[in-house]
Amino acid sequence: MMNRQGRPSQPSDATTAPISATWTGHRALDLNEPLLFEQDRPGVTGVDFEPVSEGKTRLGGLERDEKIGLPGLTESQVVRHYTRLSRKNYAIDMGIFPLGSCTMKHNPRLNEAVAAMPGFADIHPLQPMASVQGALGVMEQLSHWLKTLTGMPGVSLSPKAGAHGELCGLMTIRAALEARGDARVRVLVPESAHGTNPATAAQCGYKVDSIPANDEGRVDIEALAEKLGDDVAAIMLTNPNTCGLFERDIIEIAAMTHAAGAFFYCDGANFNAIVGKVRPGDLGIDAMHINLHKTFSTPHGGGGPGSGPVVFSEALVPFAPSPFIAREGDTLRLVEDCADGAVGRMAAFHGQMGMYVRALTYMLSHGSDGLAQVAEDAVLNANYVLEGLKDVMSPSFEGPCMHEALFDDRFLKDTGVTTLDFSKALIDEGFHPMTMYFPLVVQGAMLIEPTETESKESLDEFIGALRHLATMASAGTSNSFAAAPQYSPVTRLDETQAARNPVLSYQVPDQDAAE
Amino acid sequence: MRYLPLTDHDRQDMLASIGASSIDDLFVDVPEGLLQSGPLDLPRHQSEMAVERAMEALAKQNRSAGEGPFFLGAGGYRHHIPATVKHLISRGEFLTAYTPYQPEISQGTLQVLFEFQSQVVRLTGMEVANASMYDGSTACAEAVLMARRISKKKKVIVSGGLHPQYADVIRTMTRFTDDDVNFQAPTPHIDDDALIAVLDDQTSCVVVQNPDVFGNVRDLTSLAEAAHAVGALLIATVTEIVSLGAIRSPGEMGADIVVGEGQSIGNALSFGGPYLGLFATRLRYVRQMPGRLCGETVDSDGKRGFVLTLSTREQHIRREKATSNICTNSGLCALAFSIHLSLLGEKGLRQMAHINHMRAVQLVDALGQIEGVEVLNDTFFNEVTIRVPGDARELVNRLAELGILAGVSGGRLFDSLTDMADLIILAATETTTDEDIHALASALREALS
Amino acid sequence: MSDIRYSEDHEWIILDGDVGTIGISDYAQGALGDVVFVEMPEIGASLDKGAEVGVIESVKAASEIYTPVSGEIVAVNEAVDGDPSLVNTDPLGEGWLFKIKLSKPEELNGLSNQDAYNKFLEGLD
Repeated sequence: MMNRQGRPSQPSDATTAPISATWTGHRALDLNEPLLFEQDRPGVTGVDFEPVSEGKTRLGGLERDEKIGLPGLTESQVVRHYTRLSRKNYAIDMGIFPLGSCTMKHNPRLNEAVAAMPGFADIHPLQPMASVQGALGVMEQLSHWLKTLTGMPGVSLSPKAGAHGELCGLMTIRAALEARGDARVRVLVPESAHGTNPATAAQCGYKVDSIPANDEGRVDIEALAEKLGDDVAAIMLTNPNTCGLFERDIIEIAAMTHAAGAFFYCDGANFNAIVGKVRPGDLGIDAMHINLHKTFSTPHGGGGPGSGPVVFSEALVPFAPSPFIAREGDTLRLVEDCADGAVGRMAAFHGQMGMYVRALTYMLSHGSDGLAQVAEDAVLNANYVLEGLKDVMSPSFEGPCMHEALFDDRFLKDTGVTTLDFSKALIDEGFHPMTMYFPLVVQGAMLIEPTETESKESLDEFIGALRHLATMASAGTSNSFAAAPQYSPVTRLDETQAARNPVLSYQVPDQDAAE
Repeated sequence: MRYLPLTDHDRQDMLASIGASSIDDLFVDVPEGLLQSGPLDLPRHQSEMAVERAMEALAKQNRSAGEGPFFLGAGGYRHHIPATVKHLISRGEFLTAYTPYQPEISQGTLQVLFEFQSQVVRLTGMEVANASMYDGSTACAEAVLMARRISKKKKVIVSGGLHPQYADVIRTMTRFTDDDVNFQAPTPHIDDDALIAVLDDQTSCVVVQNPDVFGNVRDLTSLAEAAHAVGALLIATVTEIVSLGAIRSPGEMGADIVVGEGQSIGNALSFGGPYLGLFATRLRYVRQMPGRLCGETVDSDGKRGFVLTLSTREQHIRREKATSNICTNSGLCALAFSIHLSLLGEKGLRQMAHINHMRAVQLVDALGQIEGVEVLNDTFFNEVTIRVPGDARELVNRLAELGILAGVSGGRLFDSLTDMADLIILAATETTTDEDIHALASALREALS
Repeated sequence: MSDIRYSEDHEWIILDGDVGTIGISDYAQGALGDVVFVEMPEIGASLDKGAEVGVIESVKAASEIYTPVSGEIVAVNEAVDGDPSLVNTDPLGEGWLFKIKLSKPEELNGLSNQDAYNKFLEGLD
């Protein structure tokens, strides 16, 4: 029953350094900020409206009479509230954000300025098509770039994020299989896969069968051969994989998959490592999603929105979801009907236009030459980090790596310091930690993806900090690790209490209890 | 390439320290012959000014809503967004942060999500809301899947008043499950009787929209009672969330899951995306919810803080047994929503909703006086459906050429359904002026004469 | 009362008459971390050995609970519902999960005694 992912979720008893209290509870620029609801000034609003002439209401007697319960604040209160809160966040604008498999690269502000142009931001998805030819033009151009960069003949732009793209890809595969009367039940997913892969396969009604990794951190070809069969619908593979390694045997994997009558789905989360350098279409891939919010730099926004277009091989194009763009002479048109047997709509309207605009702007800025340089620099930076740390931390697999470097916790053995502690200590050094405890194929994983937008100086500082912490850990100072971070707006949080007694929205304090 | 900080000199130094003779040494695992030897057949890099010009040229080929009278709704609404919203969401600490996986340095995003959840709970009349979904349509389909997990039954009943593209998404998402989905034919009239007639003890849920896609304001109370009587859940969908500033919440009317499109508050039309999926339900169903949840806790010094919680529902822990495969949400859109709603407050939201309704009342009064135009709604919030003689899609296109974006035609929205071809759905908001309504009415009168 | 027996899925069972009390081992609770929620089986359910009967969750992990023997669920531990930490503090006592009326008592013979389970654990690390 154990997946051995249990790890401390409550702060330890290690004592933190006492910090002398201030009268306000603030600490200089670190300002405590109450909830919106605790700043309520009933009857106040931060917005004014032009008067409207009154008429008879037509709400059918369903007027909302009860109080909604929203707090009233002035505009200046609102500005301060969110400005103060913003300062409690780490962000790529502040420094390296080395989360493996997340591709946290610099977000150019030109992209934001373009997306805010009224011609893009202030148009409705159901306007007559003659009035949105520029928007359709963005979609056409973006489609062209994605198809050319991947060497794939078809693309569906509409999926709203990577996982939504996976769903789109797997549904399209299932539709194609059903069209040929081929009911298959299993999808093969490597142990090292993102959790979205098995979750997606299950959501498509497939049974998930996992493929082990070999001791080089790649798919075990022999195990794959054993698992393949005429009941396998697809294999879902990330390439480069989540250990940061290129699947050397990918051509053979594709051939084996196709020989078994199955389709090859590629999780394109790590496309940044190969964009402009390797075309997935040349690798035998049938479908792959592309996270525009990773490779093409649309901002992560604290968790979204994303955008996950999917490229398709010839065999799958007829089954891809609607809508898509068609050109008739000088005129562009959205085809919104669903062809027989094809996957229908993945979402209302036409996908993440705001993200398309940003991604296309980024592509035009870099050009084909710049995008290849993106991949090269991303890979170079990751290998530089790997080289700089390999003697003090424990790389899980032999290099070279691609765009991210994987370490495990062997170097922390007998130090009393865990991967979690080590990551939290990095926070005090002013960095966002790397991805921890993923992928699951190594113990106490630490996955570092620097991206191409870090300078050599930035990498040197980051490497220096990690080297320092690794030395400290082996010197036996585990207590200070357990107490880290100490300089953040809050210290370690009690996740156990949060889950045992969930408080998921603001509760108005009990008046009697308060008295 | 202005975004790449490494110089050629850096690259040589770094390669040397790695012990590689060229960059291709690092791509050694790529099978022979598959590494591109030069740039792909796409344009080369361009300056910021050149890119800006190219994109501006595309933007100018679109007619934006602000250029003239504008009456489109049907799931995306044009509202005024205070300048403060744009300013605050542009702060790099929000814009360029990741999902708050390290809570000690993500309290800004986490507190925002907690406040957002609290706002959505209050608006919808529910007990728990998640930290957002992709959009209203995918939230709606996820609610159907969630109802199945709760009820362990397969029959789904979808009202003909549900936005047809939302119905399409339910169709897509249930295609490979064995759910038995009963789609009622679209109708501009309230179809409660038809829904109740097909309810039975095999029913997992009933999906209804309020105000519905034709603009009707619906009392969900008797439908909720009928659903509950056979052990089914009522899923209420709200595509115009501003309506909840004027009409009774779905929770108050007995809904079990409320999903919605939050674009109307704080987010631009943006040609349909990115939008903001709202998802709220009763506390007893929390472990069957999809998506992220933020919860309150304390740090090691006893200070209040926030974390992502109940994560064992999610794909990164539960993998194939997760409640959904969703990972990315609409964080920044949720932030915009939360900021705009904070600015509005109780008073502002009610004012805004009232003005929207009054503008729609004026629109209906003006349309009702035009010969040939029939207003179909008895009730409405800010959106109504009219019947016109002939093909409405053609009429809407003709008016667009005159600079009037007159609404969404039945032909565009319902595509192949010919009995919708003479309908137009029109919305009015606080951005609609007397002049806009006047211009629309005279153009319609002329076109129909 | 019988001696304690363990499954390789880290459940334990103690028999009293024809009713077995089942929980998870001390090793299992340690590996899971702080338990925050237990999804219990339904009373009255008839289950075959190895069937999934519930889920036990910590903050970062969730593990299915499998019944080590066949039978009918006759009780679940409601105290754990209110206070899941019992599974951590007293996994072999107050933190029991459910009781099952055995339909095939001979299945107990396939489970390990304390010594054999200890040896099994040594082999894991």
